[in-house]
Amino acid sequence: MIDLVHLYRAQFKTTIAEQFQYRGALVIWLLGLILEPVIYLSVWSAVARSQGGAVDSFTAADFAAYYLIAMMVDHAGFTWVMWEMEFWIRQGNLSPLLVRPVHPIHRYIANNLTFKLLTFVVVLPVVLVLALVFRPNFTITAASALAFAPALILAMALRFALEWTIATAAFWVTRVNAINQLYFVAFLFLSGFAVPLPLLPGPVQAVAQWLPFYRFLGFPVDVLLGRLPTDQLLIGFGAQVAWLVVALWLLNATWARGVRQYSAVGA
Amino acid sequence: MPRYLHLLWVHLRLGILNELQYRTNLGVQLIQSFMGLATSLLGLGVIFSKTDNLAGWRPAELLAIVGVYSLVSGLTQLIVRPSLSRFMEDIRLGTLDFTLTKPVDAQMLVSMRQIEVWKLVDVIVGIVVLAVAMVQLGATIGPAEAVLFVIALLAGVTIIYSFLMILAICAFWFVKLDNILQIFQSMYEAGRWPIAVYPPWLRAALTFLVPVGFAITVPAEGLVGRMTIGSILGAVGLAIALPLVARWFWRIGVRHYSGASA
Repeated sequence: MIDLVHLYRAQFKTTIAEQFQYRGALVIWLLGLILEPVIYLSVWSAVARSQGGAVDSFTAADFAAYYLIAMMVDHAGFTWVMWEMEFWIRQGNLSPLLVRPVHPIHRYIANNLTFKLLTFVVVLPVVLVLALVFRPNFTITAASALAFAPALILAMALRFALEWTIATAAFWVTRVNAINQLYFVAFLFLSGFAVPLPLLPGPVQAVAQWLPFYRFLGFPVDVLLGRLPTDQLLIGFGAQVAWLVVALWLLNATWARGVRQYSAVGA
Repeated sequence: MPRYLHLLWVHLRLGILNELQYRTNLGVQLIQSFMGLATSLLGLGVIFSKTDNLAGWRPAELLAIVGVYSLVSGLTQLIVRPSLSRFMEDIRLGTLDFTLTKPVDAQMLVSMRQIEVWKLVDVIVGIVVLAVAMVQLGATIGPAEAVLFVIALLAGVTIIYSFLMILAICAFWFVKLDNILQIFQSMYEAGRWPIAVYPPWLRAALTFLVPVGFAITVPAEGLVGRMTIGSILGAVGLAIALPLVARWFWRIGVRHYSGASA
């Protein structure tokens, strides 16, 4: 345990140093991260305007609140492991990570969290400025903020475990681009990112409730904005925990098999 | 000019020969194009289940935007994007020397040297979607609209080429900039929708800072008969001015280049 704490601290320091070196890449990530929710926010605001102010009880101000929070939840949860893993495996970079006495996932988690801590310093002011522009209707209460904390942490853990699991596909398939893209289209429409869940057609909404995507993006947003009744809240937390267990189990299974399959291409 | 067309043809043939070695890439590209189209169409489907127009655009008109989006993205990723990526890599490695010493215009050469043939799938998808949109729009398309569309499309592609060229030339100073073309990609995503939906500051940025509006919205406007004199004049004007700026910037950049290996 003490060793792991050391590892995280060391990784934290190197990542900060690394990121300051590549400020350009940082800006590019941020631009994409910020622009995408702003696009959907603009489109849905235009829809609300064309419908005389509101779509199914969502006003432009509600959309603004929803997407500004969604931007932060997305920022907290996103990983780039699905591309990185392919690169590690194709180039054989995974080999040195495997011979270390700790699971490579620790290095990655430390790296990822540090990156987000750094970028949050930029994301927060951007959200504040956007709040001035879009005039959101934040319906946050003390209780909803309290419920948001565990929802966000579970969401981050779930997204992490799930995307790591999908990334392990790279052990068997050398070009994972198609898989990644399929995942992102599903994520876009079923997580509440392109469309807040209540606006999806009925049957799709029902499917989305059962899948993990909504649980790691739209759900925490809805929790913070107090859009969910108590029973939905409890179901949501239950679903988050259940999916997290499933994802961790899957990750363990695919990782163990994948590492055995791994033959260090290029090494 | 025939000389450059011949050069383009040679590189096209090389590109095809090269890609025929990796035929699974065609499968990957087909999936990618399909996903891109699915993203656009699902988005349209959800939105038009809630409204009958988006910032004044009707469904068939937005379909035309989807078509132009795919068409322009296919055209730029077919030649311009891969060539410019290679150009920036050449600056970093110093191998640009070999290009500069060739007896043709170096800017032309670096702009057409790498061709990703499978991106033609996006071009075809774009044309098919446009055809469907036109059928849905029915009789409203006359020869005038068709001509305006072609002019605006050519202007749009020219603008995007010049813009990407200007970004790529920055590599003469900053060397490691391989992600700069990615910035453009995330801005380009905004072009899936008519720029009228965006708030004024973003619309201005998407028109003048990153000319996505001129490249996608304006040609689609031409097709659906929404074009104003101002927007077509703006597009053509920019399509004349921006290549000149790119040329001027190229000259400064090349003068700055000293070769990395020499």
